[in-house]
Amino acid sequence: MSAIHPDQLTAQRLAGMARPPIEPPTDPSTGDGTLIDDPAKRAPLVLNQRSFKEVTDIICGYAENKPPIWWLPVFMLTSTIAGLGGLFITYLVITGIGTWGLTNQVDWAWDITNFVFWIGIGHAGTLISAILCLLKQKWRTAVNRAAEAMTIFAVICAATFPGIHVGRQWMAWMLFPFPNSNSIWPNFKSPLLWDVFAVSTYGIVSLLFWFMGMIPDLATLRDRADRRLRHAGDGGPILFPLLPVRTDKIRAYVYGLLALGWRFSSRHWHRYEAAYLVLAGISTPLVLSVHSIVSFDFATSILPGWHTTIFPPYFVAGAIFGGFAMVLMLLIPARELYPNMKDFITLRHLENMAKIILVTGMMVGFAYSMEFFIAYYGGNPNELFAFKNRAFGPYWWAYATMVSCNVLSPQVFWNKAMRTKPIVIFFISLLVTIGMWFERFVIIVTSLHRTFLPGEWHMFHPSMVDIMIFVGSCGVFLTLFLLFLRFLPVFAMAELKAVMPQASPHHSAEGGSSAYGMGVSPLQVDAPKGGH
Amino acid sequence: MARTHLYVTEAGEPIHGILAEFATPADLYHASERVRDAGYTKWDTFTPFPIHGMEEAMGIKRTKLPLLVAAGGFTGVGLAYLMQWWMSADYHMVVQGKPYGSLLSGGWQPFVPITFELGILFAAFSSLIGMLALNGLPRWHHPLLKKERFLASSEDRFFVCIEAKDANFDPDKTRALLEGAGATSIELVEE
Repeated sequence: MSAIHPDQLTAQRLAGMARPPIEPPTDPSTGDGTLIDDPAKRAPLVLNQRSFKEVTDIICGYAENKPPIWWLPVFMLTSTIAGLGGLFITYLVITGIGTWGLTNQVDWAWDITNFVFWIGIGHAGTLISAILCLLKQKWRTAVNRAAEAMTIFAVICAATFPGIHVGRQWMAWMLFPFPNSNSIWPNFKSPLLWDVFAVSTYGIVSLLFWFMGMIPDLATLRDRADRRLRHAGDGGPILFPLLPVRTDKIRAYVYGLLALGWRFSSRHWHRYEAAYLVLAGISTPLVLSVHSIVSFDFATSILPGWHTTIFPPYFVAGAIFGGFAMVLMLLIPARELYPNMKDFITLRHLENMAKIILVTGMMVGFAYSMEFFIAYYGGNPNELFAFKNRAFGPYWWAYATMVSCNVLSPQVFWNKAMRTKPIVIFFISLLVTIGMWFERFVIIVTSLHRTFLPGEWHMFHPSMVDIMIFVGSCGVFLTLFLLFLRFLPVFAMAELKAVMPQASPHHSAEGGSSAYGMGVSPLQVDAPKGGH
Repeated sequence: MARTHLYVTEAGEPIHGILAEFATPADLYHASERVRDAGYTKWDTFTPFPIHGMEEAMGIKRTKLPLLVAAGGFTGVGLAYLMQWWMSADYHMVVQGKPYGSLLSGGWQPFVPITFELGILFAAFSSLIGMLALNGLPRWHHPLLKKERFLASSEDRFFVCIEAKDANFDPDKTRALLEGAGATSIELVEE
């Protein structure tokens, strides 16, 4: 932290409180020191031998200090795009969904493509927070908060589309079983209704999980604001030049309200950890169910190209694939642009996520080929036609984009040098995100545009309204993420501290580099059993 | 509750307890074992993150929270099925000649996804609300939060607080115990 005065560091070192100077990684092939392949050594999860205090200062600093210089211009740009999307939605509501490029035959296109695209992106957050928690993958602690935030923002974007695609949007409340004067109830045999429940549950549970994880960190922000207030007396920075409200007062109130009076009690922690584990346990089947149910929207129909049993696992794998790509696309620039973020999001984190992209990309590729095989092997001429048309028909370019982005491009991650270079990972993630959008477009539009009667064959051409609402949803997503970076604890501080070596009650107080992973003796390594 | 205000400060303020600060998780861990073995029950430790094994060091019994969550989850499952069954019976809709749906006469299969989802939803709410309720939260005021030193527990300090309500509490003996356990600072907390 630049806030520490050099004299203070020297004084701390003389008093035995500070560590010896930081040594660069001994082996350059380990990148920043985290890419250790030796199973006897544990890669450090936090670099530069940070103390608890430094970790707190750095992470709270993102919310407390002035934002970086680029933040406000980028925020203004993304919120303008979001507002533009809002204007086009207003135009759509006033005029009707005829303003989209829909035709009599292609009556679902970008709306549902965008819905499935965004809801899929959300899945990485829940995978990181729930499944990787159950698997005790400690590296998740550095990325789970941002990924969960991204999940919620993606679900918000996703939920817009079913809401506005219903035609008469003021009747959208009828998606839910509200008592009404017509005394009619929804059709519980429809997968579209299952979808309403699955997506709502998913959004709410993700929000609860995210909020619960944030309670201790919000309490940290509250306590820091409270301490500054006690020291500042009547001084301290104020919110606006003309408004005599002190910033820390607002922080203490807002963070304090949200922290629910958390006071870091061990008895509380005990129940908190139990609740966290339970939430992880129930979110795991939830995340698998949500995209399965989304795929039922298609799979339970009788349309060739949609009516396949492979859809649920295929959609779930694709969702995790696309979600991790989005996590990487957000975190790679963030770790470059924010000070000290590379200490928490190390190269190993990026490499791990690149590996997940490679694995899920191969699953998706397997699903693509299996669909074709079954279309041939199943002997249904209509289905075979649908798939031939998908790959070689007028939308061949969309299919080719999908396969090259989703199946071919992640193959570079077989090479270790490639999957440890942030710029390469970012570029592949961008390709994957484009590919995953095209996957949904291909599934939806190519199946619809040529059905049983050649008289019903149409092409789909997106209108300006189609395009701008999608662009607007990207603006909403980025705006919310920028607000998250500015005002909330970006890392799970308490969890991050708990996986640091000095957090173990059996850690020797002599400190030094020995416990930080580089020169660890096997005896010290296995002291903490399991972890949190 | 009769013992609540047995001890007061020189200024006449009732005492909440004695707060002791420790420098490392290891110090706190060993201090907790000593407090536990001295027979205290109304005491707590405060740490910036959950320390592995503190439950044993403090003698905390396993929480009943999972039972609450299970109860919440099964309530959700039951309510979801009843809702769908009743609404389908209240408003008959023939869909592809399939039965209206009840457990006995068949046709329950389409109810499974929503039943599952609402089970998860109720379980999630019971785990968050149950955790807060068992912890006595939200509670925005607490004697400890008035102590400035205590606020460092959210960053990098480790505390033990033995409450004056405890039957074994004795200002001198309790202080001596915490001093002997290696506390770096000890102070009284007013109610």
